[in-house]
Amino acid sequence: MLVYILLRLLYTIPIALGVTVFVFALIHLSGDPMSAIVAPDATAEMVEQLKKSYGFDQPLPIQYLLWLTKALQGDFGNSIVNSRPVLDTLLAAVPNTLMLAGVATLIGFAFGCILGGLAGYYQGGIVDKIATGFGIAGVSIPHYWLGMVLVIIFAVELRWLPATGMGAGGSDAWQWDWEHIRFLILPAVTLSVIPCGIITRTVRSTVAEILNQEFVQALRAKGLWHGQVMRHVARNAAPTVLAVMGLQLGYLLGGSILVETVFNWPGTGYLLNDAIFRRDVPMLQGTILLLAMFFVALNLIVDIVQTWVDPRMRRS
Amino acid sequence: MGLLLYDSLLNFDLTKPNDPSGLIPALAESYEVNKADPTKWTFKLRKGVKFHDGSEFNADAVVFNMDRLFDEKSPQYSARMVSLTNFRLPAYKAVKKIDDYTVEFETKEPDSFFPFQICYVMFASPKQWEATGKDWTKFAANPSGTGPWKLTTLKSRELAELAPNKEHWDKTRVPKLDKLTLVPMPDPSARTAALLAGQVDWIEAPSPDAMKRITSSGFKIVSNIYPHIWSWHLNFVEGSPWTDIRVRKAANLAIDRKGIVELLGGYGVEASGHVPKGDPWYGTPSFEIKTDIAAAKKLMTEAGFSAAKPAKVKMLISASGSGQMLPLQMNEYIQQNLKDVFIDVEFEVVEWQALLDLWRAGGKSPQVKGAHGVNISYTTQDPFNAMTRFLRSDLHAPKGVNFGFYSDPAMDKLLAAAQAAFDPKERDAALAKVHTKMVDDALFVWVVHDVAPRAMSPKVKGFVQVRNWFQSLSPVSIDK
Repeated sequence: MLVYILLRLLYTIPIALGVTVFVFALIHLSGDPMSAIVAPDATAEMVEQLKKSYGFDQPLPIQYLLWLTKALQGDFGNSIVNSRPVLDTLLAAVPNTLMLAGVATLIGFAFGCILGGLAGYYQGGIVDKIATGFGIAGVSIPHYWLGMVLVIIFAVELRWLPATGMGAGGSDAWQWDWEHIRFLILPAVTLSVIPCGIITRTVRSTVAEILNQEFVQALRAKGLWHGQVMRHVARNAAPTVLAVMGLQLGYLLGGSILVETVFNWPGTGYLLNDAIFRRDVPMLQGTILLLAMFFVALNLIVDIVQTWVDPRMRRS
Repeated sequence: MGLLLYDSLLNFDLTKPNDPSGLIPALAESYEVNKADPTKWTFKLRKGVKFHDGSEFNADAVVFNMDRLFDEKSPQYSARMVSLTNFRLPAYKAVKKIDDYTVEFETKEPDSFFPFQICYVMFASPKQWEATGKDWTKFAANPSGTGPWKLTTLKSRELAELAPNKEHWDKTRVPKLDKLTLVPMPDPSARTAALLAGQVDWIEAPSPDAMKRITSSGFKIVSNIYPHIWSWHLNFVEGSPWTDIRVRKAANLAIDRKGIVELLGGYGVEASGHVPKGDPWYGTPSFEIKTDIAAAKKLMTEAGFSAAKPAKVKMLISASGSGQMLPLQMNEYIQQNLKDVFIDVEFEVVEWQALLDLWRAGGKSPQVKGAHGVNISYTTQDPFNAMTRFLRSDLHAPKGVNFGFYSDPAMDKLLAAAQAAFDPKERDAALAKVHTKMVDDALFVWVVHDVAPRAMSPKVKGFVQVRNWFQSLSPVSIDK
C-alpha cells in the first residue's frame, strides 16, 4: 500500500511539469503579457522599454526555466498587476474555494444519493422519472445562469439572502455564524447542482445494477427487510460513488470560475478569471499549477479511500 | 482610488457639472512658466500640507516622487508606477528643488500642455515609504498621501475601507461620510444585483440592459457627458478608401447617431466632433456633422462609388473593452448605416488587449493586415491625449499612436502653435483651430460621447457628476 502511494506521488512530478510547460506555452501564445501592466494608451516605445524591466524580452525557453527554478523553491513570482507575491494571494484564496466547493459537494452528494437511491430502487416508476429529471436538469442547466436567477429571486426580489461577496470585512472576517453563512448559501447551492445531477445518475445506475445481482436475491430470500438490503447495496455502491464524488470535488475546485465571478466570491476561480482578463501571467501560472495539483491530489486520495472501503481492491 | 488618497500639484476642478473641468491649484498654490526660457516651470507649493502619517509635504517630497517615476537609479523607482503614469508626461525632463516650498520643472521642449501632464502625478509620503521598508507593495497596503480619504483596510481583490481625512488642507473637500467601502466587482450583472439587493449603495457602470430595471426599482442613475469619444480612427496609408475626404465626410453624414444613443438606452450624447459643442476646444468648423443620407450619397457618387461599386473598408473592432460601450451592436448598426451610402464595411473582431496591440503597432504594420481603421474610444481630457498624439507627423506608430500615419504640415503648424501658447486662453483658442481643422477634414468618423452612467440608492445624497474621468466623493452623504 505504501509503495503504491509513493509510486502515485512520483507520477505527479511529470504531470506537474507537463502542466507548467503547457500553461506557459498557452499563455504566451495568447498574446503579450505586457498588456497587463501598461496603461491602454501607452505607446509601443513605452511598452518595449517596460518589457526589459520585467524580463519579458528574454526568449521564451529562458523565461520558462527562470520561472521553473524559482517555482521549485516555492517562489511563484509576483503578480504583475499589483506586485504582491503570487503564493500569498493564492494561499488567501484557496480556503475560500475549498469552503465553497466542499459545502457544494456535500449538498450535491447528499441530494444526489437520496435522489439516485430512490430512482434506482423504484426503477421505471414515477419516482424514478422525477428523480432522473432532476438529475438531467442538474447536469444541463448552465450554473452561472442558475446563479443569476437565484440571485434575482432570493436576493433582489425576496431580499432573504445577500447577492454577492463573503460579508462585511471580506474573507478575513469569516465566521461560521448565520451572519456569514447567509453569504455562502446561494453560491454553494448553485455550484452543487452539477455534482448533484451527476451523482444522482451514478447512484441510480449503480444501485439498479446491484439490485439485479444474485446476492441481493439471496439477501431477500434470507428474509431481510428493505432497509437492511439497502445497507448492503450502499456498501457495494460506495466505491463507484466516492470516485465520482472525488472527481466532482476536483472539478468544483477548478471549475467554479463562473460561479465565483457571478457571486464575487474571492476564491481561486475568481482569481483565475481576474488573472485571465488582466493577462497577469505569473498569477495565471501559479493558479493553474495549483489547481492541477489539486486534481492530482484528489485522484490520489480517492484511490486510497476506495481501497479502504472496498476489500476487493485491497486484496488485489 | 488615486484621487481619494492622494492629491496632485494641480487637480481638475470637480465641482462644476456644467463645464469641462479645468485645472485648479492643489498641492501647488501657483505656477508659472519662465518667459525667457519656456522649458522651465516654477511651482510654488502649498504650505502646511500634511501627509496622512503626519509628515510634511514639501519640495523634497516632490523631488522624491518625480524620481520614483523618472530616475531608474533612485531606490524608490517603481516600474509599476512608471507603466501607469509616464506616458502621460511626454514633456517631462527634470525637476529641481529651489527652496522648501518651490520647485522648478524642466521640459524637453517648450510645451504649454505641461500642466495637463503633471496633474497625473500623485504625491506619496516619502516618510511612509521608509516606514514600510522601502517597498511599494507594502506601501500600497498601508499608503499615505495628502488626499481627502485615508485607507484603513485593504484586502486585495476583495475590498478597501477608507476613512475621511478631517485634516485635509481644503476644508471644502473634507468628506461628509464616516466611512467608505470600495468593492471590486468585475461582472456587471453581479454589480447590478448587489445594488438591487441593497448590499451596496453605489455601482459604477451598470449593465446597459439593466437600466430600466434599476430606475423602476426606485434607484437613480446619474450621468453626465465626460471627456470621452467613441469613434473610428482611420488609416491614411495608401490604398485606404479613407484617404478620400469625400468618403470620410460621407461616412460621418451617414450615421444615425440618434439610433445609436437609443441603442445605448439613452445613455450617450451624439458626437459632432472629437469634443462636444460648447467645449473651449470645439472651434468653428464649417463641416456640420449630422445625418444627411442624400448629401452622403452625393459625395460618394462624386468620388466614383455607387450601389454596384461600393467602397470597401475593413475595420478592426473588439467585442468588449474599457470605454468601448457596446462595441459589437454599435458597429453593426454603423455597418448598416454605411451600406446605405455605398460603403461596405467588413469587421475583424479581435480581443480588446490584442486590439490595443494592433493599434500601437500602427496602420502600416503587417499585423493589422491592411485594415483601414480601428475602433477604440479615447479620452479627450487633456490636449495631448485628445488630439496631438493622433495628428502630429512625428508621432507615427510605433513611436507614438498616430495609428493612421496621418500627416499634414498645416496641422503640425497648428499643433505647434497650441503647444507654444502659454496663456491658457490663447492655448484653448489655438486648440480650437486644431479641432476645427480636424472636423473640416473629417479625420475620424465620430459617433457618440459616453455619459458614464452610475447607479445609486436613493439614500445617496449630494453627489455632483462632473465632466471628468475623476469624480469627488467628498460632498456625498447617505440618509439613514
